[in-house]
Amino acid sequence: MTQQPPVGHLLDEALLGEPVASTAGGADEFVLEAVGLHKRYGHNEVLRGVTFGVQRGDVKAVLGPSGSGKSTMLRCLALLEPVESGEVRLEGRRIGVREARDGRLVSLPERVLARERREIGMVFQRFNLFPHLTALGNVMIGLTEVRDRDRKEARTIAQSMLARVGLAERERFFPSELSGGQQQRVAIARALVMNPKVMLFDEPTSALDPELVGEVLAVMEELAREGMTMVVVTHEVGFAKRVADRVIMMDAGSIIEDAPPDEFFGNPRQERTRKFLEAVD
Amino acid sequence: MEFDTSIFFEALTSPAYLEGVQITIALTVVAMVFGLILGLVVALLRGSANRVLRGIAWTYIWIFRALPSLLLLFLVWDGLPQLVPALKGDWFSAFIAASVALSINEGAYAAEIIRGGLLSVDEGQRLAARALGLSPTKVFSKVIAPQMIRVTIPPLSNDFVSMLKLTSLASVISLQELLARSHSAVSTTFKFAEYYAAAAVYYLVLVSVFMVVQAQIERRFVWMSQGSSGLSRVQRVRQFATIR
Ligand SMILES: Nc1ncnc2c1ncn2[C@@H]1O[C@H](COP(=O)(O)OP(=O)(O)OP(=O)(O)O)[C@@H](O)[C@H]1O
Ligand SMILES: [Mg+2]
Repeated sequence: MTQQPPVGHLLDEALLGEPVASTAGGADEFVLEAVGLHKRYGHNEVLRGVTFGVQRGDVKAVLGPSGSGKSTMLRCLALLEPVESGEVRLEGRRIGVREARDGRLVSLPERVLARERREIGMVFQRFNLFPHLTALGNVMIGLTEVRDRDRKEARTIAQSMLARVGLAERERFFPSELSGGQQQRVAIARALVMNPKVMLFDEPTSALDPELVGEVLAVMEELAREGMTMVVVTHEVGFAKRVADRVIMMDAGSIIEDAPPDEFFGNPRQERTRKFLEAVD
Repeated sequence: MEFDTSIFFEALTSPAYLEGVQITIALTVVAMVFGLILGLVVALLRGSANRVLRGIAWTYIWIFRALPSLLLLFLVWDGLPQLVPALKGDWFSAFIAASVALSINEGAYAAEIIRGGLLSVDEGQRLAARALGLSPTKVFSKVIAPQMIRVTIPPLSNDFVSMLKLTSLASVISLQELLARSHSAVSTTFKFAEYYAAAAVYYLVLVSVFMVVQAQIERRFVWMSQGSSGLSRVQRVRQFATIR
């Protein structure tokens, strides 16, 4: 493994303002919950009743073959796509929908959804940094345009956050001038600076050269250690074993296994999980 | 060879030509500004979820990209007042008619360019902006628009240069722009070469000035940290060329 950047303390109450995720509320409460999510694209039923919850401070790893609906599930949890039925709950409160007069649930307008999305951080496989903004600009934009912080304050917070993911010297660089690992760390900082209640990661290291995977995983491990609630879709079995509190197996739009890592990897109940693990090893 | 340089220089500095140039510039700017606004609206309608709105946008582009600019000028200047009597007043000047015709024309072209620009922005950009919690208007203005503008600058600049020359068509509806001025000078003196050459010089100068402006604008869309300091202009232009 190559040399890794120093990762500073990531969740800091003084920096982010509000109480950090790990200290608020009870320990066994679900921060994020999916209840019977159904989602289809045309005739393609992508999610067929997905139900699970993430407890405060827990890391949930999601494994599963390509096309099983992992990314779709994260997009639905992040309120980026409407579901056919089922609910997403954040700290016990149903989000993303309202009850119509006839009792059915209808998706809220985009403007209102935008407000609810602030509480949920998302990191993408292909980083999706904004190419016209510097590393600093990418981290600042959520603070200035969503959290309504003034530019000076936002700059200070963003600089500190970039330093914490080991990129203090790169703040003036544009995404096209950064390595994949650096870009993904900026993307994590961009989401983190919003002080979300939960972070969703969609294969955050899959688009990286092997020698750059470590630096991104290091940031994520530090985040987990500091008590951030996380859902991580990944093919990194090592990461799941080391960091996850529970591991989920997704197959054809359903969760077929949900167990602590030693059980999941040591003695999976489902034949399909066993086959999948043999294939990735 | 018969070329009277004194007539040429006289034409070049004559008040008639300077006024003509002003009208040419004004018409170009007005037609481009309204054309771009129209184009943006039509491009957004074209991507709308509503079928009727999409249909309206498609029809607009279909019609006004097909009609020759000259025909549009005649239609607006001569045809429209026949249909709409309110336009028969003196206020409906050749300048206004030309502005309307050329804006409508440009709108159809700009709509397609802007639509292409919108399509060129990676879908992940909108997704990431929405995930951050940006409102729909900010997703567009802060994330999509800058990236769209960057790719549309070269083709829209091309349209600007075309427009500068298209305005000369308005001489046929009696607008006293640059070409009309040289025409009338020629018709009394028969010094074709001198007067037309003077007009040509003006068009060259106008386009050259615009090229400098375009380079300035493009430089602001070089998303490189070195772009704002250190490098010489030549290096920056080279850098831009390699990005594109
Ligand atoms: N926007 C979309 N429109 C139509 N179909 C889609 C869309 N997004 C995903 N799908 C379909 O949904 C199914 C699940 O896709 P998804 O991307 O969620 O899978 P995944 O588990 O993340 O796979 P991978 O490991 O390859 O990322 C696939 O069959 C895919 O073709
Ligand atoms: Mg995926």
